[in-house]
Amino acid sequence: MRKWGVILLTAVLVALILSPFASTHPDGLEKVAENLAFADKSETLMARFSPMPDYAVRGISDGKISTAMAGVIGTVITFFAVFGLMKALSPGRR
Amino acid sequence: MHIPDGFLDAKTIITTAAISAYAIKNDVEKARRSLGDRGIPVLGVMAAFIFAAQMVNFPVMAGTSGHLLGAALATILLGPYSAGLIIASVLIVQSLFFQDGGILALGANILNMAVASPMAAYYIYVALKKYARFTCADTIATFAASWFSVMVAAVFTSLELALSGTVPLKTVILPMAMVHAAIGIGEGLITTVAVAYIGRVLNLKAGFGIKNSAETAIDVDGGGRAN
Repeated sequence: MRKWGVILLTAVLVALILSPFASTHPDGLEKVAENLAFADKSETLMARFSPMPDYAVRGISDGKISTAMAGVIGTVITFFAVFGLMKALSPGRR
Repeated sequence: MHIPDGFLDAKTIITTAAISAYAIKNDVEKARRSLGDRGIPVLGVMAAFIFAAQMVNFPVMAGTSGHLLGAALATILLGPYSAGLIIASVLIVQSLFFQDGGILALGANILNMAVASPMAAYYIYVALKKYARFTCADTIATFAASWFSVMVAAVFTSLELALSGTVPLKTVILPMAMVHAAIGIGEGLITTVAVAYIGRVLNLKAGFGIKNSAETAIDVDGGGRAN
């Protein structure tokens, strides 16, 4: 296996195994927004178009499995997005 | 600290988007020049790792969580320009697919976390590596770069919220700084471990051309010696 494959595998394992057990408390900005009473200004403009809103895969009722699946899908999407982008921009390709 | 839609006004959205667009153009130019074909998968897996790690919220203080930002991690291993591209890509994927961070707020989020954070991490890391000549200087520089990268993003976020008239600066800056000072400690711990692990596996050595140690330095944003 290529060495970078080890890191990709690590990333997939983090998404698969650790992400379902992440803290569900609001993050720093969300908490500050709640405390200072501007959290309700938040809007979800693209709600209808978001394929996996809040890291949940539609149709999977179990929250932990849903998060793990969304995590693995997102990790793979991110890899190919950056890989494809850099390939396209690479000076070697003309 | 992904800003959702609704928190920013039009002028802030347009200004931050313009600055971020310019910064990304600059990142692309700098990164593509120094990045060989063999470095491309390295950028991809670094982005994938940071995406995955960002999902793992850890508890800080009562009823609050934080997660890795990853700007310092990518900067220390690959330089600030590659790091900018990586974090921006992660933010775009999160916004488009997972409704994490607003679509209209994307420019602001990129400015805070993919432009300001890597630059802060870079300058703190370089400064400490240059002048700190004691044991564990590497670890201290990594930890400090991580902590400041989060704090700078928190300050930028506060400024944008204030500029938008969402909340007065003097009200928001202290709570944002305090909670992110705590999250920054988590950032520092995770980054220190991840730099050691990923650096070892991929044979990347942080350095940015500073030769104050026995390590062979890589070019600034040279993409490392990827295998």
